[in-house]
Amino acid sequence: MIANLWHYGLVVVLMMTGLYIVIAKRNYVKKMMGLAIFQTSVIMLYVTMGKVTGGTPPIFVQNDDGTLTEGIVYSNPLPMVLMLTAIVVGVATMAVGLALVVRIKEAYGTVEDDLVTELNREDEARRHLSAAAQPIKESKS
Amino acid sequence: MSPEMLIGAALALPLLAALLVVVFRNQPNLREASTGVIGVATLMCVVALWPLVTSGAAPTLVLVDELLPGVPLAFEVEPLGLLYALVAAGLWPITGMYAAGYMRGHHEKHQTRFFVCFALAIFAALGIAFAENLGTFFLFYEVLTLSTYPLVTHHQTAEARRAGRVYLGILIGTSICFLLLAIAWTGHMAGTLEFRAGGILQGHIAEASVPLLLALFAYGCGKAALMPLHRWLPNAMVAPTPVSALLHAVAVVKAGVFGILKIVVYVFGLDLLTSTEGSVWLMWVASFTIVMGSLVAFTKDNLKARLAYSTIAQLAYIVLGAALATPDGIVGGGLHIATHAVGKITLFFCAGAILVGAHKKNISDMDGLGRTMPFTMGAFLIGSLSIIGLPPMGGSWSKWFLALGAADEHAIFIAILMLSSLLNIGYLIPIPVRGFFFAPKPSHGHEDEHGDDPHDAHREVAADPVGPSQWRPARWPTLREAPLLCVIPLCVTAAGCVALFFFARQFVDLLRPIVGALGGPG
Amino acid sequence: MTLDQLPVLVILIPLLTAPLIVLIRTPAVVRLMAIAAAAASAFCAAMLVARVGEPISYHMGGWTPGIGIELRATKASAFVLALVTGIATVALLLGTRGTRLDVRGTSDRSDATGGQRSREHLYYAAFLTCLVGLCGMVITGDAFNVFVFLEISSLSTYALVAMGPRRRAFSAAFNYLVLGTIGGTFVLIGIGLLYQMTGTLNGPAISARIQEIGDPRTLHVAFGFLFVGFAIKLAVFPLHQWLPNAYAESPSAVSSFLAGTATKVIYFQLIRMCLVVFGADYVFGTLHFGSILGPLSLLGMFAGSLAAIYQLSLKRLLAYSSIGQVGYLTLALSLGTEDGLYAGLLHLGAHGVTKTGLFLLASVIIAHVGTDRLASLNGLGKRMPLVAFLFVVGGIGLIGVPGTAGFVSKWALLQAALAGDHLFLAGAILVSSLLAVMYVWRVVEVMYFREPPERAPLRPGYDWGALAPAGLLLGLSIAVGLYSEPICVYMRSAAAQLFAGGGAP
Repeated sequence: MIANLWHYGLVVVLMMTGLYIVIAKRNYVKKMMGLAIFQTSVIMLYVTMGKVTGGTPPIFVQNDDGTLTEGIVYSNPLPMVLMLTAIVVGVATMAVGLALVVRIKEAYGTVEDDLVTELNREDEARRHLSAAAQPIKESKS
Repeated sequence: MSPEMLIGAALALPLLAALLVVVFRNQPNLREASTGVIGVATLMCVVALWPLVTSGAAPTLVLVDELLPGVPLAFEVEPLGLLYALVAAGLWPITGMYAAGYMRGHHEKHQTRFFVCFALAIFAALGIAFAENLGTFFLFYEVLTLSTYPLVTHHQTAEARRAGRVYLGILIGTSICFLLLAIAWTGHMAGTLEFRAGGILQGHIAEASVPLLLALFAYGCGKAALMPLHRWLPNAMVAPTPVSALLHAVAVVKAGVFGILKIVVYVFGLDLLTSTEGSVWLMWVASFTIVMGSLVAFTKDNLKARLAYSTIAQLAYIVLGAALATPDGIVGGGLHIATHAVGKITLFFCAGAILVGAHKKNISDMDGLGRTMPFTMGAFLIGSLSIIGLPPMGGSWSKWFLALGAADEHAIFIAILMLSSLLNIGYLIPIPVRGFFFAPKPSHGHEDEHGDDPHDAHREVAADPVGPSQWRPARWPTLREAPLLCVIPLCVTAAGCVALFFFARQFVDLLRPIVGALGGPG
Repeated sequence: MTLDQLPVLVILIPLLTAPLIVLIRTPAVVRLMAIAAAAASAFCAAMLVARVGEPISYHMGGWTPGIGIELRATKASAFVLALVTGIATVALLLGTRGTRLDVRGTSDRSDATGGQRSREHLYYAAFLTCLVGLCGMVITGDAFNVFVFLEISSLSTYALVAMGPRRRAFSAAFNYLVLGTIGGTFVLIGIGLLYQMTGTLNGPAISARIQEIGDPRTLHVAFGFLFVGFAIKLAVFPLHQWLPNAYAESPSAVSSFLAGTATKVIYFQLIRMCLVVFGADYVFGTLHFGSILGPLSLLGMFAGSLAAIYQLSLKRLLAYSSIGQVGYLTLALSLGTEDGLYAGLLHLGAHGVTKTGLFLLASVIIAHVGTDRLASLNGLGKRMPLVAFLFVVGGIGLIGVPGTAGFVSKWALLQAALAGDHLFLAGAILVSSLLAVMYVWRVVEVMYFREPPERAPLRPGYDWGALAPAGLLLGLSIAVGLYSEPICVYMRSAAAQLFAGGGAP
């Protein structure tokens, strides 16, 4: 039983590794890496799901006369098709995320979470304390 | 006009008044005149409903079929509501006139906003009076709170803001936390929110839940200022005096006690309360409030603060009447809404007139004021006597019926009523006595030319057998009354106190049908 | 004929307009295109609301459900669609007539990175894409499709948030992206496990299979993943950290749009997951989900509202208030009764409309005052009386004062709580409304009781592009508050339909 489920172990290890990196690392690029690993684990989960023991790739096997061969077990193609979409989503997420990291680097000069948080706090303090001096216009970043 | 139209007109006219005030914001005379004219028109609409109600009809106006599922936005005129509407609509033009005099005499700002909110508050009060169900009642109850908030915080000072917080905090807080919960619970148990003769809860509520639900209602109507949730009332004293008059006599506090009365009669039903004895605790709380309110009033030197605590005590009379849940108690409570309203508004008018005319707030400064402001002080005396409940003032009847209501089962509360009347004498009568019989203090105001020892003057005035004409040129200063627009209203309401004594019969006849037979003579 | 295509038109119109906008680029044209697309979509959604009785099933490409993707328009989903598209239209109006959109890269001055050309078209494209995602999520009947649309809307939301005027928008968007992706991926895992157990992705079909297979542990796990995933996106109490920053830092139009729609759509997903896919008996009977969601909701109600009281800026205050309001929504669901669901749907509408109106007002204020710091709003009642008055109207709607839509929904929620004999919950709901009084009144006091600063320039004239829609929405809230019958009847039947399993065939 357990031996049959080893691939789930792999999925869980990948998933936890990814999540750990996202949570523990303070560097934004590393966070994105963790996110990628996390998403990959799900792709693994789906792909293993589609595997049917003894199944062939899901392409119709034909006899020589063009009729379909009876009694052939196919793997389930649907999860893999789904994962094509999920991969696209993952790539898009990565693109948006990394683009944001670039903009953060430009705006803050750092991609370390602690420093960015610190700078944000300073911004906020300046925004609320300098109220009396400059009542109207706020500078745009 | 058909009854529906009368109800509609009574509700629409105050809104129209609010609109006109905005339109005429730059012409103060036109602005105040429109309020007055419409106020009288509103009163006439309400009065026109009287014969319909006494003939046993229940004029109904359904505005929206479903305010909430199964709850229409509807109005129905029944005796208790008509009485409250009469009080609100009747005192509105008088208060409006007084406010015009006061606000100008006192050079208040934002007078347009003031009169708009004032009209809106009257609109809300009439909505409360005519509400056909708890949903409509709650809607207008909240409108009343919100529309009076700008009045309480009129001066926009830090003190006004703090008072506004307490005002809004307690009133909105109790109404949302207790009243809404009680209404929802009632709707859940009874399946309806309608005010129905005999109550809607009979047979739907567990006996043990009656006191709890009653508590939610009694404290939910936070405007009734039942102790310990009375703090907002003294705080609201920062408002201009006409507002205090409106708050204390006409609209706000009466909305609270009126709500409790109406809920006791039409939601619980007297039978349910007497059979389960679920309201006995409320009698004690009300009595406690009566006595404590009066005792605290003793300690206040600021006239408006003293009147505020007096109001708290007087409101508890009405709550006591409701809690007694006897026919006489209900009639007494209902009657007290009217008599106390007229009496207390007189006192507040006087307080405001003294502030405008003599710039005095504290009772200890009012020695001898009766000489310069005889009309004001005279009216104050009449109002005080009505509050105390001495004939020939209207207040005597309501106390009479309250005592009758307590006589059967809870005679101990008669003693409390007596004690309270004594306390009332103790804190109200010294004020006109000081005004008329004490010599003005030399250090204060314009009577400096006297220069004599106050005890001397006291002896002289009290014992002087000669008519005033002989010493008047030297000792009796000329009249320095408040503006005429202030003095006329307070004389009118003082006359009203007396009139209520002689016309109480009509009010009792009006209220009698809602509670069945009465024990005592009308 | 065309009427049959309504379900797909709702998503198709903005979906096709978005790339066109990117191609055309001319600011004046794309602005009109975006508004027209959203309005057309809203019109279709309104038609759906009018037509839907029994659920309308639309088979994408003519494939039967099970093989192809099914779009399902039930009464509830049609309503949510109408709400989302309507709010989108209104939010897009912001920035039409002389309004300065506080979107990075759209003002005439070049932004920090020195971009010379206006990038307004990208803003509109992302906006419409986000609308597609939200609408698609609501109407699709396919579980995997939900994930795809969820990610479409999320990705465009990250981009929109990042367009905010301050640099903090970047970090807000990034944090939202990280949390949102985790949430989305959790949803994906849950869907995968569901598919594994049932062999289908069609909502009603999954539901039918679950009835047969009993109560295996995989199903628990699937439910857990789905719930946590949605809870992150919905900002259920301990998972709400992304929301205040995202709402407060994004451009005004975006926060108006998101506040009214994003969490509402996810809430609708949560409802469908519990009632249509897993079934009320399983979720509330076997899993006792109510005893998990209920306490979380209560915590959210109090924590969100308490935090709102202490905020220093208007948008942040409104954002924390949203967290509190999400608590009401989930509390309604956690009752696990039809009454509760009915209350939840009502509150979804009431809060969506009210909060959007308030955010629109905030954007008017930002456009004129230049900031939404509460300290800068001193005396706004004198300087912008109409805006301040409308804010009070919206505020009492949030509190749930009678005469507003918020009261209708709160009343329904109270009745639902009492019907389940939860007197305690009813009390808690009311006490938490007091917190709403406090945060609303903080703003009112600032607006009306502080003296306006002496020399504070104010952009003259009113910005009707935002003010008119805000007035419209808040007026709608009052209208519903005074005449709630039609909406209540509709919601009642919508709740009944959902509770019966979404009208599964």
